[in-house]
Amino acid sequence: MLALLLRDLRLATRAGGGFGLSLAFFLIVTVLVPFGVGPEGGTLARIAPGILWVGALLSCLLSLDRIFALDREDGSLDLLATAPIPLDGVVAVKSLAHWLTTGLPLTLAAPVLGVLLNLPQSGFLWLTLSLLLGTPALSVIGTFGAALTVGLKRGGLLLSLLVLPLYIPTLIFGAEAAKRGAEGLATGTPLLMLAGITAGTVAILPFAAAAAIRVNLR
Amino acid sequence: MSIWEYANPKKFMQTSSWALPWVTGLAVLTLLTGLVWGFFFTPDDFRQGSTVKIIFIHVPSAMMAINCWAMMLVTSLVWLIRRHHVSVLAAKAAAPIGITMTLIALFTGAIWGQPMWGTWWAWDPRLTSFLILFLFYLGYIALWEAVEDPDTAADLTSVLCLVGSVFALLSRYAVLFWNQGLHQGASLSLDKEEHVADQFAHPLWLTMAGFVLLFVALVLLRTRTEIRARRLRALEARERMA
Repeated sequence: MLALLLRDLRLATRAGGGFGLSLAFFLIVTVLVPFGVGPEGGTLARIAPGILWVGALLSCLLSLDRIFALDREDGSLDLLATAPIPLDGVVAVKSLAHWLTTGLPLTLAAPVLGVLLNLPQSGFLWLTLSLLLGTPALSVIGTFGAALTVGLKRGGLLLSLLVLPLYIPTLIFGAEAAKRGAEGLATGTPLLMLAGITAGTVAILPFAAAAAIRVNLR
Repeated sequence: MSIWEYANPKKFMQTSSWALPWVTGLAVLTLLTGLVWGFFFTPDDFRQGSTVKIIFIHVPSAMMAINCWAMMLVTSLVWLIRRHHVSVLAAKAAAPIGITMTLIALFTGAIWGQPMWGTWWAWDPRLTSFLILFLFYLGYIALWEAVEDPDTAADLTSVLCLVGSVFALLSRYAVLFWNQGLHQGASLSLDKEEHVADQFAHPLWLTMAGFVLLFVALVLLRTRTEIRARRLRALEARERMA
């Protein structure tokens, strides 16, 4: 399992792994927003938490089809499925690797981009915290979507269609926590709900994803 | 005599070919009576005028949009557990009906909302939940279309339906948390005092029954088509082998 995690991390960070791609995408989305809505600080400060959450979500989406597609192409997914470790565990490790290479960097980059969007001082801590709690759910849900579409030739677009509705609850609670934090309100409830979603998805979805992979490898 | 008999496609085709005309006739009769009664023989509401009559389409279609997903959940579970093809084909057949019901509910709601709330659309919890439900239907249907092998498609869509159900419920309550809305609460319920006057409620119950019957008729019809398509596929495959 640890070997698999290290392998995935290495594959993602070396050339052609697309490690920086989602970060760059996040940056571009954030930079585009002021061009769209105008540069007034007040407007930007009000929408900053939501924009950063949506941006992080889209950047996460961008790298999902890489989770299984390459392994499927070179046959290592078959090897993993027949290896003497449970496939559910393999899927969980894959989600973890995806989070370490996507969710975590996005979380760390978000406060920096928050400066560009004039995020209020009190919002930085809560934005980072909500992303830290929420992005693992994004990775796990995305892994499930990737597992569903791994057998398809051009599954990328379908993957977005399947995964985006599943992202809605996470986005609602995450953005709400960040927004309340930025406005100086109590953030306890949305953060707890967010943590609950993450815990629930981590506990259940690897099994569903492993089932989908077994179907696809049949 | 048990429901599992109908897992046999032949038995299902026999019984459904007998039942289909009856269910269809009954659906047409109930719907016509309910709609004519609702549209022409109920008074205008003193505040809403005649727009109140949209209720006779809006409420039943919204109810069926949700019930259709529930039916797909049950039939998907039956497929995953007992591997009955008819069951999963019924889920496949029901999805486009469900998405149509969702669209009807959304559109009639918009038409109703324009004169009453002064807006076609508001990010109200109920409206938003229906939009999300629409997206779930869209994903489910798209996955069926995308996967070539029918059994693989059946398995994958069933898993998606199970996971989607959990997330749809989660979204429903997350949306409530996110925004308080314009839409009124439930107008009809079995255990509480009625909020709708009897003269509107009676034709409404009738149209709801009509929509249920219409849904059953359409699902039977579409499932029969799916079974025939599956048979055709098998015949073609046999032809190619020979």
